[in-house]
Amino acid sequence: MLIYEHSRPGRMARAQYVAAEGVSSELANDLGVHARSSTLGLPEVSELEVVRHYTNLSSKNFAIDKQFYPLGSCTMKYNPRGAHAVASIPGFLKRHPLAPLANSQGYLSCAYELQNYLKDVTGMQAVSLTPMAGAQGEFAGVAMIRAYHQKRGDHERVEILVPEAAHGTNPATAVMCGFVVREIPVTKEGDVDLEALKAAVGPRTAGLMMTNPSTCGVFERQIQEIAETVHEAGGLLYYDGANLNAILGKVRPGDMGFDVLHMNLHKTFATPHGGGGPGSGPVGVGARLAPFLPTPTVGMDEDGTYRWLDHKDIPDTIGRLSSFMGNAGILLRAYAYARLLGAEGMNRVGEYATLNANYLAKSLEKAGYTLAYPARRATHEFIVTLASEAKHQHVTAMDFAKRLLDYGYHAPTTYFPLLVPECLLIEPTETESKAEIDGFVAAMTQIRQEAMTDPALVTTAPHTLPVTRLDDVKAARDLDLAFKVTA
Amino acid sequence: MAETRDNVRYLPSHEWARLEADGTVTVGISDHAQDALGDVVFVELPEVGRAVQVGEEVAVVESVKAASDIYAPIAGTIISSNEALDSAPETVNEAPFDEGWFFRLQPTDDKALNELLTPEDYRALCAADDH
Amino acid sequence: MPFIPHTALDEQEMLSAIGVPNIDALFDEIPRNLRAATLSEVPAGISEMALQRLMDQRARLDEVDLSFLGAGAYEHHIPAAVWDLVGRGEFMTAYTPYQAEASQGTLQLIYEFQTMMTRLTAMDVANASVYDGATALAEAMLMAVRANKSNKSNRIVVAGNLNPNYHAVCHTIVKNQGLILDVLDHDPSTGCLPGSVEAALDGAAALVISYPNFFGGLDDVDSLTDLAASAGALVIGVVNPTAMALIKPPGEWGARGADIAVGEGQPLGIPLASGGPYLGFMCCRQQFVRQMPGRIIGRTVDQTGQPGYTLTLQAREQHIRRGKATSNICTNQGLLVTAATIYMSLLGNEGLRQVALTAHAGINALTDLACQIDGVTARFSGPVFHERVLALPVDASRVVEKMAVRGVLPGLALGDWVTGMAHCLLVNVTETKTAADIDLFARLLAEVIEEVKATC
Repeated sequence: MLIYEHSRPGRMARAQYVAAEGVSSELANDLGVHARSSTLGLPEVSELEVVRHYTNLSSKNFAIDKQFYPLGSCTMKYNPRGAHAVASIPGFLKRHPLAPLANSQGYLSCAYELQNYLKDVTGMQAVSLTPMAGAQGEFAGVAMIRAYHQKRGDHERVEILVPEAAHGTNPATAVMCGFVVREIPVTKEGDVDLEALKAAVGPRTAGLMMTNPSTCGVFERQIQEIAETVHEAGGLLYYDGANLNAILGKVRPGDMGFDVLHMNLHKTFATPHGGGGPGSGPVGVGARLAPFLPTPTVGMDEDGTYRWLDHKDIPDTIGRLSSFMGNAGILLRAYAYARLLGAEGMNRVGEYATLNANYLAKSLEKAGYTLAYPARRATHEFIVTLASEAKHQHVTAMDFAKRLLDYGYHAPTTYFPLLVPECLLIEPTETESKAEIDGFVAAMTQIRQEAMTDPALVTTAPHTLPVTRLDDVKAARDLDLAFKVTA
Repeated sequence: MAETRDNVRYLPSHEWARLEADGTVTVGISDHAQDALGDVVFVELPEVGRAVQVGEEVAVVESVKAASDIYAPIAGTIISSNEALDSAPETVNEAPFDEGWFFRLQPTDDKALNELLTPEDYRALCAADDH
Repeated sequence: MPFIPHTALDEQEMLSAIGVPNIDALFDEIPRNLRAATLSEVPAGISEMALQRLMDQRARLDEVDLSFLGAGAYEHHIPAAVWDLVGRGEFMTAYTPYQAEASQGTLQLIYEFQTMMTRLTAMDVANASVYDGATALAEAMLMAVRANKSNKSNRIVVAGNLNPNYHAVCHTIVKNQGLILDVLDHDPSTGCLPGSVEAALDGAAALVISYPNFFGGLDDVDSLTDLAASAGALVIGVVNPTAMALIKPPGEWGARGADIAVGEGQPLGIPLASGGPYLGFMCCRQQFVRQMPGRIIGRTVDQTGQPGYTLTLQAREQHIRRGKATSNICTNQGLLVTAATIYMSLLGNEGLRQVALTAHAGINALTDLACQIDGVTARFSGPVFHERVLALPVDASRVVEKMAVRGVLPGLALGDWVTGMAHCLLVNVTETKTAADIDLFARLLAEVIEEVKATC
């Protein structure tokens, strides 16, 4: 039932009514023609009904707190409660974004230190914390590349190169920044085709967007040659930080030759996913792009006081990306995470994420699954292809995914990257135990059996959830996007 | 093997174009295309009166898993759009060569159709695709 | 090692199963010369206890006793049940609902949110939110240009009394796609847009109206909407959700209503938290739904005919359409949408109306008291919603400095925000302010003005 279906005229949560004595509607008479005459149309329910309704709804969700969530490229690691608690301390929670500097030193000190940690971790010269998600970080990065070439007076560079396996945000972002996208093929081993890249770069190349490890879950071994090729042609190299968890503490994108990157704090720095957001996508740059950073950033004066740096300090900035200064509450959680881990802890993230992924890959291979790149090391993630199962048992990757839900596991990422057919992109993360991973392998082994002996069980899954498979064709044809109340 | 028709020409991007008796050309997508798309949920059609160049994007066909651009096979002026698809987009899946047509145009050069793929060429292309 | 559960035995067993002697071997595909040295800027890890203590100290530095700051982020009472529920792991640590069957809680909640936003704004459809109000406006501009097929213009007329930060964000986001933003200046005595805007609207794709505007004032939305419609321009309304309880929603502006409505959802149960995370809501007419970016939840049925909720219209989004997507966005502010939905359910029609009414009465009462101080006047004439610009006889930023020292943030000094307004203070009153608070404000303001005058 919807909250609206519990609604009854006259029901209310009285404890929430704030009108003091003497606040009558007449006090709004000065609004004249501006006054609203129609009803608001919000539900009318009691406080207990609200609490019960949303508590019950919450129990219909899968969540990291309840289930293993091996979603490739999403880095579903534990969201530390300690980070949430410190971000919720009243002094931080109630601070208005426009509070004077004298009342902002607490928040600013955390933001400033986080900037430094992120510079260190990525090997970059400067960081801006303002982009509010990975996609916005990408936008900032590509916009900075554009600003850089324009400042040099080079208006010919209208192309952004993107590997064909890239995440959809990459070409979408390039187009939003006014570029034309050119795709570079990927080899059978999962690396960018270096020869094709060499043929594609030239005076029209503004830059190349990629990630390392790549979306194929393997390390781009020729990254140094790739960087050289792009730089020699006058282009810049953009790093999509989605897969940073694989190399955190082990390799720094700046050292690989990247000029600009974004990080996904909701992945690598364990801030909560919240059912779809918020994220946070800080950008890091080398010296060449530092003049174009989005504002505001945080600076420190000689006397140790912190202040905002804006267009007066960074005159060539690409500008402002959010109403205020990005997802401040998320930045505080990332700061807390960095303090809890420390340098040693960060080092271990890459190590144990990689250990877990390789162990899981090997275990699934032993259970009969086909790895997409069996000769390569898994990084923090790897790809399994179910092309054979789809062909012989007519059970697809989607069917496996749905059946896993019945076993109490959230499915891995499916059908991405597009170039591996019927694929599952699997990322266990470092916060999962060997026991949890073994449980997942056992479930996957069972499902593989079922696909051979009783495929209908898999193709009609899930069976144990609040709903069975949903008709998404109907959802798109007969659009029902808001509840229509019949008076 | 998907159905093909012999009274139309094809684009490699799976549009078909049919010369009508009155010299106009009707355009739609092939059976192979509708099968690859899956259930069609929406079709965005061009406005009547619009002049189009060959290869220009003139329509979008949307399924749950993809949204594909439809290209004008030849240059001309749009004279009608199949508005029935608004309320019944599934017609594209059910009858891609007949009731599932997208739009009709008045060609600037009716010989232009001869540049397009013949049914044999198109069948060969699809066979290569399906391997 | 925080959050890594492996014992030495686990590690041994796993390495042996993989067939390598140590973890380092797993990195053998990475060129040696790329291996990082130890991080030098990140300090050693601390315990949660030490972290709590450190952060308590820092947070204390930022505490204030009383604040009248608004300007796009507003202090409202958040019922205790809101974040108690939002903080549940099932909401907080859930992922994007791509596996719909495993996410019916989040999906149904977002459908309820979409429903509530359409009611509040009197529009046909709403999406599942975007990052914040400013980016929602930028997306609305791009959407209007895509959707306005009849005039194919790339020019947007923007009200000069729009929040300057919103304008700046829109400029950053749309300039690379060739959109031109034309500012329509406001009348210097009312702070509102002038009546005669026809010339400016000619050939524009859309007109952006802020209601209330940055100064708290209320523009003539009916006549502006009608003028835009006759000029063939779409109307984008930027609105405050609390205000919607008292003033006209965009769906009711003029003869046909606005075409797109956006705004900042922070006032709906989301803490100030130094500026984020917030939520940007987007609503539009039914005919534009396929042009709207971001996620949208639809109601459908499952195999047994039971109602269920799922992401829909995904073909327009980046993960499918890639370079031709409506936007590169792949987030909705899920956690904040959860808070806003629970907030709106708890308050209901009457609760939200009371919040708005109390705020409205409060700003009027504060204005009356403040204007009794010698030299203090209301800068603009006309009614406002919960914010007003006071013109002071001295520099406003000096007043702010001195009041902050006394533990009170009196509002936003507008010198850095609007040319020629260095003596102006934008003051906000919400339902959180009592009569005693307002008295204190007036008393301190009088004191501080005298102090500043004396030091000039």
